[in-house]
Amino acid sequence: MAAEVKLFGKWTSPFSRRIEVALKLKGVEYEYIEEDVFNKSPTLLNYNPVHKKIPVLVHNGKPIAESQVIMEYIDETWKHNPILPIDPFEKAMARFWAKFIDDKFWAIWPAVKKAMTSGGEKEREEGIEEAQLHLDTLETQLKEKKFFGGERLGFVEISASLIIWIVVSQEVMGVEILTQEKFPALHELTQKFVHDDVFKQCVPPWEPLVSYYKALWEP
Amino acid sequence: MAGNGDGVTLLGYWASPYALRVKWALKIKEVQYEYMEEHLPDKSPMLLQYNPVHKKIPVLVHKGKPLAESLVIIEYIDEVWKHNPLLPQDPYHRAKARFWAKFADEKCVPAMFRAFSKVGEEQAQAAEELRENLKTLESALEGKQYFGGETIGFLDIAVGWIGCWARMNEEVAGVNMIDAEMIPLLSVWFQKFLELPIIKECLPPQDKLLEHTKEFHKMLMMATLT
Repeated sequence: MAAEVKLFGKWTSPFSRRIEVALKLKGVEYEYIEEDVFNKSPTLLNYNPVHKKIPVLVHNGKPIAESQVIMEYIDETWKHNPILPIDPFEKAMARFWAKFIDDKFWAIWPAVKKAMTSGGEKEREEGIEEAQLHLDTLETQLKEKKFFGGERLGFVEISASLIIWIVVSQEVMGVEILTQEKFPALHELTQKFVHDDVFKQCVPPWEPLVSYYKALWEP
Repeated sequence: MAGNGDGVTLLGYWASPYALRVKWALKIKEVQYEYMEEHLPDKSPMLLQYNPVHKKIPVLVHKGKPLAESLVIIEYIDEVWKHNPLLPQDPYHRAKARFWAKFADEKCVPAMFRAFSKVGEEQAQAAEELRENLKTLESALEGKQYFGGETIGFLDIAVGWIGCWARMNEEVAGVNMIDAEMIPLLSVWFQKFLELPIIKECLPPQDKLLEHTKEFHKMLMMATLT
């Protein structure tokens, strides 16, 4: 049986897009299946009964869930063009920062959502302020860690691509959160994604993504 | 400065399960290390220097370079000291081990903490969530002796501490966390795992931990009332 790779994802999900970046960087052919997360397929529920979420990678019939776990699996299965550093210490640092980014995102996104969905000016401002507080932590760490150590985008950078969703939310709201002056390192990062050959293919179409969130979170 | 030359230093806290699971990893790998106790809640300048991002233990220092986040540290230990492997070789089984460790940390542990620190309806709900999530975790055993198979591995040391802390927490908080009827296989595994000499000898003194747990609970309850 030929090796078979399937990705169950959602076009608007940064976690699903990350996996696409990883697979494309490795040159792995895969079948993409779009899931309607408001009406999940029995197949998805069968492959990820624990969390019932995308992304799920299925390789030769075996399912793997959780985006960072999937990325490590991809890196270990297809060994060329490594995503993670080879050196154990550098690898550990990459894991540390990827976890940090995900944890921060889950603090930033609810704040952004609050700002996007609130009817009131005060709640909106509070949401933005809260988001910027967490972005500040991220920015500080980025500046100090010299995120762009190498030429290629790796595990940490792929994980950080979810920052684009913050930029999208700005356009949805018509308000600035991730300004170049306040967050120069983060801003530079988003530019890198938009211009990188592989990322470009994986970033969702801008206008449809903005429209999607506008419709979803209209207060 | 901690860690001389090639040395290994672990900054920890006696009552921390996260420091404990790193100790277990080091023990299994037979790594000689220097242990430095942090007198929490006071944090030493060394800790703040070595983990400026989170300012938390455990921190492993190897050849002068610090690492934080216990599961990140354990994977590092597994990669540097290759004998007695913790993670399996096969990528799919590695992915499963990582998946379940994440599940336990994100779904079981916070529920346990809420069941311990809340009262009334909130506590009851949290305890139910914990019991259900432990039931889900049990499925990962797949009829094996240990999560690692015939011998303990990454997932065993990642989650085994829950058996010890949950028993103490349920006694102090007065709510059922380990339901042996609901999780017969996991209950047996908890017991077997915690009885292993290599595991048992690293556990904090149980009477001291019980006192510590009672004190902590008292503090949380007072905060609830104010």
